Amino acid sequence: MIELGKYAGAVLGAYGLSLAVLGGLIWQTLAANLRARRDLERQENRG
Amino acid sequence: MSIWEYANPVKFMRTSGAILPWIGAGAAVCTVTGLAWGFLTPDDYRQGSTVKIVFLHVPAAMMAINIWVMMLAASLIWLIRRHHVSALAAKAAAPIGAVMTLIGLITGAVWGQPMWGTWWEWDPRLTSFLILLLFYIGYIALWSAVEDPDSAADLTAVLCLVGSVFALLSRYAVLFWNQGLHQGASLSVQSGERMSAVYRYPLYLTMLGFGLLFLALMLVRTRTEIRRRRLAALQARELRA
Amino acid sequence: MIALLRRDLRLAVRAGGGFGLGVAFFLILCSLVPFGVGPDSGALQPIAPGILWLGALLACLLSLDRIFALDHEDGSLDLLATSPLPLEGAVAIKALAHWITTGLPLIVAAPLFGILLHLPAGAIPSLLVSLLVGTPALSMLGAFGAAVTVGLRRGGLLLSLLVLPLYIPTLIFGTEMIRRGQQGGDAATPLLFLAGITAGVLAVIPFAAAAALRVNLR
Repeated sequence: MIELGKYAGAVLGAYGLSLAVLGGLIWQTLAANLRARRDLERQENRG
Repeated sequence: MSIWEYANPVKFMRTSGAILPWIGAGAAVCTVTGLAWGFLTPDDYRQGSTVKIVFLHVPAAMMAINIWVMMLAASLIWLIRRHHVSALAAKAAAPIGAVMTLIGLITGAVWGQPMWGTWWEWDPRLTSFLILLLFYIGYIALWSAVEDPDSAADLTAVLCLVGSVFALLSRYAVLFWNQGLHQGASLSVQSGERMSAVYRYPLYLTMLGFGLLFLALMLVRTRTEIRRRRLAALQARELRA
Repeated sequence: MIALLRRDLRLAVRAGGGFGLGVAFFLILCSLVPFGVGPDSGALQPIAPGILWLGALLACLLSLDRIFALDHEDGSLDLLATSPLPLEGAVAIKALAHWITTGLPLIVAAPLFGILLHLPAGAIPSLLVSLLVGTPALSMLGAFGAAVTVGLRRGGLLLSLLVLPLYIPTLIFGTEMIRRGQQGGDAATPLLFLAGITAGVLAVIPFAAAAALRVNLR
């Protein structure tokens, strides 16, 4: 384990918050893309 | 071969679909390796372990500005040559830019608390990033408020042009307004106080990783927008039939 | 163009206190501030320039959506767009009308409100000059925001979200100028910046606003 010293909270907090926000963005992007693809396929197969 | 071929949505979809896995994999490898490498760097003698935050802060801040510039270029292409893919790419990029700005602000605040003794300081750099975030929010809000897609593209493109001028103006206005606490550029070529190589190379890697990450996300989001547009067109045709 | 200006002014007066409403809002704001921060003149004096400029900003913002909304509803905006008068000119005239009905009364009333907030008498001239030079930019930028949001149903909130960030440079230089006037510093530099912003805005923004209007009228 890496020794973070007295600033462990700050470092881990910054990484945690940033990666959470970034992960949320990536998740939202992929989910929206999947939904759009599924809706489009359904529409094309029907018509 | 010219870049304008990709204004054709079909061609764009085919090419972007083919290169997306590579860009995504590159983004993942560079970001994860860079951040892990950055995490293993030794502590700075003044900043302690908080120096590790720089590997998130600097790439995010850099991308926040670059994405706005990319949106400006895409808006200009849309206004001049009316390529729909360009307008959609600008729309797709905006939320990523807003998130990058937010990450820059969050990491800055968390770093500033132990280092400057305050979460927030009305320093020119911090303030102009807050203003940039406001511009991103306004831009995204305008996209979602206008119903007709072409009008939305036009209006947001004009807003992007005006906003760019004012974002730049605000940058220099706040410089006039308050002298800063923030250190200068971390990676300037002529700066006397350069970062040591221990920190510089992982930083380059995360910057590359964030750039690729933006590219991958932007392509995916643009593809989403194109699919949505096509779905709407199909549904409209069905209604008419 | 003169006819359009006179028409807009007449409409503003008839619509019931186009002149008065902004000033009344400004007065309320300036009298609410002491309740918020306390009546102590030592506390009020340093923030007076900021409050006065923020008041002007918000009072200006209140009436922005009226620049184009009414004309859009009754169709006279379409007439304006098809008239021989260039739309850019029409936008500039409408911004001027907005400035005369809200900006000018604010400037006239500002010294009075300055006294309410314990602004020293020495700072009154710089207050007047900064408002006189800065508020035309507010009206013009507001006209741009109003042009962008004219067709939207819930445009009001979006309008303020779009316009307020554009007001930042004007606000910074305007308050800085009063502050320097208050402390007897060199007020010429912020004044020049303020005038430069206003001149640039007046020269360029009518084109952007007219472009936005054309999109919304399509």
